[in-house]
Amino acid sequence: MFNNSRRGRLLAVAAVAALTLGVTTACGSDDKPADNAAGGSTAAAGPVTITLQTFGGGKNFGYKEAVDKWNAEHKDITIKYDNLTDQFEQVYWPQMIQWLQSGAGAGDVVGIDEGGMGLAKAHPEWWADLGEFGLQNRKADFADWKWENGVTADGKLFGLGTDVGGMSLCYRRDLFEKAGLPADRDEVSKLWPTWDDFVKVAHKFQDKIKDTKFVDGTNTLYNVVLVQEAAKNGNVSYFDKDNNLIVDKNPAVKSAYEFAQKISQEGLTAKLRNFTPEWNTGMKKSQFATLGCPSWMLGAVSGDGGAGPDFKGKWDVAAVPGGGGNWGGSWLAVPKQSKHPKEAAQVLDYLTGKEAEVSVFNFAGNMPSNVQAQQDPAVQGAKNEYFNDAPVGDIFAKSASALQPVFLGVKHAQVKNAVESVVSAIDDGSVPYANGWKKLVDDAVKAAG
Amino acid sequence: MSLHVDAGRPTRAPMPPGRRHVRPRSGRSFLTWLDLKAAPYLLVSPYYLLFLIFGLFPLGFTLYYSFFDYDLTGTVEWTGLGNYTAMLADADFWKAVVNTLAMFVIATVPQILLALLLANALNKRIKFQLFVRLGVLLPLVTSVVAVAVVFTQLYGRDWGVVNWVLGWFGADPIDWKAQRLPSWIAIATMIDWRWTGYNAIIFLAGMQTIPKDLYEAASIDGASRRRQFWQITIPMLRPTMIFVVLNSTIGGLTLFSEPTTFYNGNVHGGSDSQFQTVSMFIFEQGFREFDYGYASAAAWLLFLLILVGSAINFLLIRRIGGNK
Repeated sequence: MFNNSRRGRLLAVAAVAALTLGVTTACGSDDKPADNAAGGSTAAAGPVTITLQTFGGGKNFGYKEAVDKWNAEHKDITIKYDNLTDQFEQVYWPQMIQWLQSGAGAGDVVGIDEGGMGLAKAHPEWWADLGEFGLQNRKADFADWKWENGVTADGKLFGLGTDVGGMSLCYRRDLFEKAGLPADRDEVSKLWPTWDDFVKVAHKFQDKIKDTKFVDGTNTLYNVVLVQEAAKNGNVSYFDKDNNLIVDKNPAVKSAYEFAQKISQEGLTAKLRNFTPEWNTGMKKSQFATLGCPSWMLGAVSGDGGAGPDFKGKWDVAAVPGGGGNWGGSWLAVPKQSKHPKEAAQVLDYLTGKEAEVSVFNFAGNMPSNVQAQQDPAVQGAKNEYFNDAPVGDIFAKSASALQPVFLGVKHAQVKNAVESVVSAIDDGSVPYANGWKKLVDDAVKAAG
Repeated sequence: MSLHVDAGRPTRAPMPPGRRHVRPRSGRSFLTWLDLKAAPYLLVSPYYLLFLIFGLFPLGFTLYYSFFDYDLTGTVEWTGLGNYTAMLADADFWKAVVNTLAMFVIATVPQILLALLLANALNKRIKFQLFVRLGVLLPLVTSVVAVAVVFTQLYGRDWGVVNWVLGWFGADPIDWKAQRLPSWIAIATMIDWRWTGYNAIIFLAGMQTIPKDLYEAASIDGASRRRQFWQITIPMLRPTMIFVVLNSTIGGLTLFSEPTTFYNGNVHGGSDSQFQTVSMFIFEQGFREFDYGYASAAAWLLFLLILVGSAINFLLIRRIGGNK
């Protein structure tokens, strides 16, 4: 037995030295839909299982209730909802690319974050043509940019929008009260029309309260400021519209970085990086009092993995300093390798439809990209019970129709990952503030190369 | 437990005298031929077939692609030695090399010393011998990831037990994942927790092959216990030691799971790659950046590193116990 495990270790050496084959095959054989053995190609033999793969923290895509409802009503198609990880750039997307490229392993319906759409569009061969299943008629349901982003370079419809970012700031009203700040959301919004005001409020808070930091870390607000500034600089962030890297030239990136450095240097951050176990614990242990909140972040906070039920009513939602912004938002697509593309397209149609997106909004808070869902009274008038009955419909739905997309290049996900590492590294002290910007640009160039 | 390091080597079947020129014409003589000549090869062939498919082929494949600029989602272009020259100038690669070597030293040196002492203690007459000996192996049967997850919590910056205990002595909390040396130490303890007992058992097996009369003779000559350990046990353990050190070298230089789990499954190894090992670097280049050619070249450089590291250690260990 001992020799075996040693042998295993020796083999592991060979596997790492010879990584290519080993790992791709291991990944490829991973996650086969359960129906293969039973149903196979004769689809009529039994119910078809459609695997839905997503990512995200907390309630992630928020499909739990919508999927339960579908499964209760449909005997012929069962949805298996599988949220793989909370990390898109670092875990989900690289894995998905391998599955797509190798032709096995991906689910029947998969979620793609905006950061992956540039690459997804450039690879029409990965995707089933949704036009074949009649989904072209859904065009009126979406804003033009949301629709166009789901069409490949050669004109094939492959993805439909799930949610859009929108922007707000989540805050702990109980801690604000403790610090002698107003707790009411309208008054809080008035405290910080600009980010400079926000920093002033932060210092006031920090003077009174020592064991809770005002902000989670550098990374969340870095992203918030980045999308706000991008909107002022031609709606581009790391890449220009010809896919040239412009990290060093785009003033939006520099402004966002400088803001991140400022809040870190002035001791306002809890030095936690979003979507890590420490960050989740940080919410449960009240390590920070505010959080940049695109609509989908509400689910990440209220979900069991996030702050969870103990903090119900203690969080609230205020306006974000510096005006709106569009961070995040996703699409669903059907990989070509799916054995049941027709059923998968049916499921995709349902999940991006009005009814399901309204259900997602009420369950998790993700703002629908479906225009009809946005206009639904159930969304417009919605209040989020977890966030002290904040009128989230009013906050997000109003601005949703006016949101502008930020252009994201083919290698956006890789560059984002490299940049965010540096933005976190200046916060945890491993990269000195003086070297941060240079390292950010250098690492971005490397990741894009 | 024997140490068949060369267990896979095919042994030539002894040739039966007189039957050498008998041609396998009838069914019976074919069976004899099969039994005597072919069987040994047939019996070892599964190993070699698997090795060919999962060992040799990927090795060659990796070497081949290390000469290409191979982007999984894009182009495949010949670059010759371009990947290798770029890598030798890549500060990130060297950082990973330093991390790997540092963690290897921090983990392995105390581990082997501890394992030796542990084995020596287990070699004595003690109660519940079997139970105790099995006990030191227990950490080995827990999964690497489980070990890493638990240790990661112990080494938490804000809520970890280690910082809490250090706090009793007035120490400031250490950010184990942000600072280089602390992160190495944290990871080294994970490795040691898992492998010390294993190596101790190997040493124990080695110790039990040492003839008792050597110790008896030494006792009669008045050698102390300590002297016996250093002058008899250690020199006699040399073959075992070579095996243990080479295995630890290979394991240590290909370290992957512990540091990856320590950073939440992210192969970047800390916000500034504080504890990114070469294996993680390879994985990051290959499966995060999708630069297969570059990753393949890094894999081959790691292979060379392991060869050199093993050779150095082999030469060092061979000198143990003076001249023989």
